Amino acid sequence: MNELPQQLVNGLLLGSMYGLVAVGYTMVYGIVQLINFAHGEIFMTGGFGALTVWLILPGGTTMWIALPLMLIGAILVATTIAVGAERLAYRPLRGGPRLAPLITAIGLSLALQQAVWSLYPEAKSARTFPQIPGGPIELGPVTIQTGDVFLLIAAPICMAFLAFFVMRTRVGRGMQATAQDPDTAKLMGVNTDRIIVIAFALGAAFAAVGAVAYGLKYGVVDYKMGFLLGLKAFTAAVLGGIGNIYGAMIGGLVLGIAETMATAYIAHIPGMQQLGGQSWADVWAFVLLIVVLLARPQGLLGERVADRA
Amino acid sequence: MRNRSLLILTTAVTAGALTLTACGSRDDKGGAENGDNGNVTVTIGLDAPLTGELSALGLGIKNSADLAVKTANKKNYVKGVTFKLESLDDQAQPSSGQQNATKFVADKTVLGVVGPLNSGVAESMQKVFDDAKLVQVSPANTNPSLSQGPNWASGDKKRGYKSYFRTATTDAIQGPFAAQYVFKDAKKTKAFIIDDKKTYGAGLAGTFKGEFEKLGGKVVGTQHINPDTKDFSAVATQVKSSGAEVVYYGGEYPAAGPLAKQIKAAGAKVTVVGGDAIFSPEYVKLASPASAEGDIATSVGAPIEELASAKEFLANYKAENYKEAYEAYGGYSYDSTWAIIEAVKKAVEGNGGKLPERAKVVEAMQGVSFEGVTGSVAFDEFGDTTNKQLTVYQVRGGAYKPVKSGTFGG
Repeated sequence: MNELPQQLVNGLLLGSMYGLVAVGYTMVYGIVQLINFAHGEIFMTGGFGALTVWLILPGGTTMWIALPLMLIGAILVATTIAVGAERLAYRPLRGGPRLAPLITAIGLSLALQQAVWSLYPEAKSARTFPQIPGGPIELGPVTIQTGDVFLLIAAPICMAFLAFFVMRTRVGRGMQATAQDPDTAKLMGVNTDRIIVIAFALGAAFAAVGAVAYGLKYGVVDYKMGFLLGLKAFTAAVLGGIGNIYGAMIGGLVLGIAETMATAYIAHIPGMQQLGGQSWADVWAFVLLIVVLLARPQGLLGERVADRA
Repeated sequence: MRNRSLLILTTAVTAGALTLTACGSRDDKGGAENGDNGNVTVTIGLDAPLTGELSALGLGIKNSADLAVKTANKKNYVKGVTFKLESLDDQAQPSSGQQNATKFVADKTVLGVVGPLNSGVAESMQKVFDDAKLVQVSPANTNPSLSQGPNWASGDKKRGYKSYFRTATTDAIQGPFAAQYVFKDAKKTKAFIIDDKKTYGAGLAGTFKGEFEKLGGKVVGTQHINPDTKDFSAVATQVKSSGAEVVYYGGEYPAAGPLAKQIKAAGAKVTVVGGDAIFSPEYVKLASPASAEGDIATSVGAPIEELASAKEFLANYKAENYKEAYEAYGGYSYDSTWAIIEAVKKAVEGNGGKLPERAKVVEAMQGVSFEGVTGSVAFDEFGDTTNKQLTVYQVRGGAYKPVKSGTFGG
């Protein structure tokens, strides 16, 4: 059992990444009741945005200078695409039937994937991502990679920032008001169109931070990286209670740790060898989701609200 | 009201799209039976992943097959016949492979198909080709059950499809060959075995495990991964605490690269060993050259750069200025294509100079024997190659270098 601390850290790191992406799903859903299936692809474009900045920078730039610039590049690309998508694809459909924006989101997801695949140079297979130099950091029984340090620092900062933003700022209170009742919020003088754009942009910025962390952690970015991760992040958002930003973070961490534990330990349970290992981890993660939703249909932190449709 | 008009619109668009695709596939009919100079055109189909993660290998296969077709046409190798290569992309997906197979079968000018790369894709194509009696020669499938039936390991070998042939050596030889090298030459006795649960990967890992344990090696752990994810940290931690000296991975380089990288980053002092599907410069790139150093891959045949028989192929490949390298299966693809050309030649000659039916080409293939790029090419009673040579490659200075060639002797 001496690998348990390390496995917990592995799960925590994976979960932090899920959480960063899940925030985008949950915020958009909380405000416009839209499951933005293109969010995984917005995450992916953030990764390519960071890669582009790295390729433009002169060779040999140290990561201390490059990383902040890459982060800005990633956030710029991802928010631009998310805001553009909101303006061009989702806003015209806002009054329409609820399935229309959902199908649009799926179409947008495919379009973004294929656009990167065909237009970005050499993106038809995985592209290598720059790495933070230096060896792993040993902390007692736990080893942390240099690439993971970024995620360890960035994820809590992002989450704290978001909590502060939503709770304490004027715009954040506007978001809460719009989530509760868009019509009343509008009557009270909240510019709901602006609030919706901000929700999309903020979600995209978080996804972009997640994408840079992904590149640093795994060393590659590819046009498909948003698909599976987006699906997992969406699962995390549902697990935590969709619409609740703290739920997204908790859901991400629970999902990440559950997957890691399933990979590491299920096969050790007598009679379960066939159902263990990483290839079954997703199955166990979804079993967990079903169990949680059976007990708490609103998710871990979600509140039961009357359907507004 | 709006809902209804939307529904009608969707239906109209779908119907339109279906009609268009139907028109598209009708273009494949055998219109080019007679070329302009009295020559008959015979199409050789090619199926490989031309896009996606495995496209480096797939494009190498396509270019090499193209070279064989061009050479045959230039030499006018089969009198009265002009060959044409028709390439379809399977994206390494069994479902796409099967669709492509159906397309080839529907095109009457197709007399043989080269491909696919993946054993899992081959499984989905075999029956389609066999029902149509269309010959298929794969340059890269290594899973034994494709030719010897699902119970090959217990000695109950049965050929399922008479139309299936391959120029690549099987994993029944490749896995054990790697096990012998690891145990006897590299002197490593503790292995952690990982596979991706695909036809190729699980089969290869199984044959490695069998031989490694027979030799006296110890398997300290096994894991099955999902090749679609990139997070292998939990597996890496397990490998580290298992005390393994080698990790044998049954699977392909897109997952193998990040897996090897994460295992080594976790602090495990291991050599990663794999089969022909990690024998690609892409593996070194994805694992990062520093952490891939010392890793081992086995691949079918001998390195063609060192074969006298491959000199002409290498020179011609260079002269054609293909954009992509021929990669691991270039020589085998050329030989697979050439085997089809030889079989067509024999069948044409046996048919008084006229184009034979497809079944005759399958019959002719069984007796094909010639000196190819990779050595002598001929097929045994299962459709497997009689050339059982394999080579061990090791990453040295950031690139795979051959270290030992040989044949596996039980």
